[in-house]
This record gives sequence, C-alpha cells and structure tokens, in this order.
Amino acid sequence: MKKLWIGLGMVAVAALMLWGFHQAIDVAPTEATMGDVQRIFYYHVPNAMLSFLFFAVSFVASILFLAWRNTAPARAQAADAWALASAEVGVVFCSVVLITGPLWARPVWGIWWTWDARLTTTLLLWLIYVSYLLLRRFVEGAQMQTLAAVVSVFGALDVPIVYMANRWWRTQHPAPVFGGGPDSGIKDPTMLAAFGWNVLAWAVWGLMLLAFRVHVERRNQQIQLKASKAALAGR
Amino acid sequence: MAVAIAPPEQPGWFHLVGIHLRKDLRIEWRSREAIHSMIFFALLVVVLFSMAFDPTAAASREIAGGVLCVATLFASVSALNQAWSREIRHDVLDALRMTPADRSAIFVAKVLANFFFVTVVQALLAPVFFIFYNLRPLGNGWLLLAIVPLGTWALVANGTFFAALSIRSRNRELLLPLILFPIFLPALLAMVLAVKTILTGDGSDPHLLWLKMLAGYDIIFMTVSLLLFDTVLHAE
Repeated sequence: MKKLWIGLGMVAVAALMLWGFHQAIDVAPTEATMGDVQRIFYYHVPNAMLSFLFFAVSFVASILFLAWRNTAPARAQAADAWALASAEVGVVFCSVVLITGPLWARPVWGIWWTWDARLTTTLLLWLIYVSYLLLRRFVEGAQMQTLAAVVSVFGALDVPIVYMANRWWRTQHPAPVFGGGPDSGIKDPTMLAAFGWNVLAWAVWGLMLLAFRVHVERRNQQIQLKASKAALAGR
Repeated sequence: MAVAIAPPEQPGWFHLVGIHLRKDLRIEWRSREAIHSMIFFALLVVVLFSMAFDPTAAASREIAGGVLCVATLFASVSALNQAWSREIRHDVLDALRMTPADRSAIFVAKVLANFFFVTVVQALLAPVFFIFYNLRPLGNGWLLLAIVPLGTWALVANGTFFAALSIRSRNRELLLPLILFPIFLPALLAMVLAVKTILTGDGSDPHLLWLKMLAGYDIIFMTVSLLLFDTVLHAE
C-alpha cells in the first residue's frame, strides 16, 4: 500500500513537471527583446532559488549536528543525513543553474561567462559543496561527519564575503527580478504563472529527491550501526 | 598529617604558544625540509609562468599579482601538509591531545611558524620576481607590506586548520588543496586585485576596499578556526 502511494506521488510529480514545461514553452508569451531564449529563465531562476535553499538546509543541519554530536547522538545522526542529502540535491540544482546560465548568456550578452557577483558566488558554492562531498568520501569512520560539518560552516562563511566583494567589483547579471526596485517584477500574468508553476514543480521534485536520499542515508546508518554492534558482540 | 599537594602550575597561554612555536621552529631549523621545498617550488612556478606567457612590462603588471599569489599558494600546500604529518610520527599528536593545556595555543603556534616560513620564502623570492617580470610599482609600493602579509595570514591560518582536518583522511596530501582552494578563493581575489591596483597604479581602489576585505576575512576566519579547532582535533 505504501509503495502504491509512493508510485502515485512520483507520477504526480512527473505530471507537474510536464505541466510546468508546457507553461514555459507553449503558454508563456515570447519576450519582446530577447525572444525565445528568455524561456530558459523559467528553469534557471527556480533552480537557483532552490539550490540556495538546499545549501541553507545543509548548513543548518551541519550546525545542528555539531551541537547535538555529544549530547544527543541519535538526533545528530538524523541531522547528518539531512546535511548530506541536501548538499547532494543542492549540487544537482546548482549544476543545472551553471549549465543553463551560459546557454542564455551567449546569445544575450555575447559571452559564455563573466566574473560577476552572482556567477562567482554560485560557482564558489558549487565548488565548496563538491569539496564537501569529496571529503565525505575521503575520510572514514565517525570523525568524517564532524569534519564535514566543520567544512560546511567554513563554506557558508565564504558566500556572503564573495557576494559583497563582487558587488564592489563589477556586475553584469540582470538586476533581481523580484524585489529589485520599483520597476522589478513580472508584468505579464501568463509569464508569472509559468514561472510559478516551474518553481512549484522543481521544488516538489527536489523535495521528493531529498526525502528519498535522506531515507536511504538513514537506512545506511542503521546498517552500519548494526554491523558495529555485531562486531562489538564478537560475532 | 595530610599534606596538601599543590597542583603543578599551569603555564600561561602566551607561554604555551611560545613553547610550541620554539619547538616548531627548531624542528624546521634542523631539517629545513619545508623551507627548501617551498622556495624551489615557488621559484619553479614563477619561472614557468614567465616562460609560458613571456609578458611585456604592461601585461606583467596586470598578471604579476596573480602569479605571486598562486605561486605562494601552491608552494605553501606542501609545507602545510608537513606541518601536521610531522606530529603523527611517534604519536606526538595524540600526546598533544592529552595535555590539559588550551588546544588553541597549539593551533596559533603552528600558524605563526608557518606564517614565518612562508614570509621568508616570499622575501627571498621577491627580488627574483621583480627581475623576471620587469616590475616597477606605479602605485603606493609600501602598501604591499600590508597586503602580502594579510593575504599570507589568510592562506596560512586556513591552511593550517584544514591540514589538521585532512590529516585524518586516507590520501591527505590530495585532500588539503581540494578543501583549502575553494575556501581561500575570496582572500585570493582580494589579494590579487589589491596587488594589481598597486602595480598598475590605476587608482581604481582609492578607499583600499580590498585591503579592508582581506583584513575582515582574516579576522572572521581566524575567529572561527579558533572556535572549531578543538572540534577538529577531537573529531572521533
């Protein structure tokens, strides 16, 4: 019965993503100056928003792991599973952002890449979380979780510094679409709808991925715990 | 008659830093492994870049800051790896962990020792650097005396911290740069741009923003390193 519900849920998520695709490609009007290439915005921006969200979840979970590590080991293990899973899903979303960005920039700016505030910050986030995931593979045993959490804290410190540095330096990325001044915001309601559907679809897909990954990691932890208990019992 | 045994007197924090620092400097003085390998490595990087790009005087002002920072960065990674792996021999690290003294003293002493080594390397390398790249700073040359140490401190403080962290992995020599380079990026950016502004003298940074950013980076990361060092040392 549980499997049926999970299967139905997956079908629903797939349908939602198809609906979002339809909204972005067929329903939303073509943008006046950029033309069809603007449609990549319906993927680029939701993915960017969600990758930042997942990295924030990973950072908070890492802090919680460090706080609970000695006092509440069981809760700390759950926090570690969340930190790992959301870092992985965040890297996937961030990769989509880093691929779709240059695809849009080449026809509109005439260049694939520039060292600008948002681009640099996003790339740095991606690099830091890839190194976080590498660390988790390189180090063995229980200490790995603590060391990974420490790296995650350092990585999170870097992001605001780089962001501010690049604001002083130079910027080429478009001004924020939402909350970026009196002229910002999407005026066309069908464009806004397409954007909203895609945010929803990608968010649900990402959360589903996160839930599966946390579940797998918790199982993994249980198996390891059992194995170490058996080893202690001398079997 | 009960005799009250006075607990052995604890040395002060600065005294402890002094003891550790003297020990690290003495070990290096006897072997000179780290300094020799760093000097030669940094020299090779400077020569390689100079040959690969063969820059004109104007172009070399643009890129020299970057080359200097990257040469220091690559060279110091080898020394940073040695800094802690030395302590693993004869289980010195475990002994240090068991002492009741403040762990931050160990960390600060290591940072100071590495800072000294890297600064010596930079001082020896600077003339070579200026000759190969035909440099003559057009801006305030004396500001380099503030920028380079601040950038070096950022590199060495983070490097010492992450070397202590990666010492626990299977292939520790490989892991340190993989973690250190992304985290060090903001400081590298600030250092490169600050040096470039001085060498080209283009006056693009009248308020010394990059210098301030470097100082801020140093303060923030040193504080967090001190707070988390105990966690890393006792990560089990």
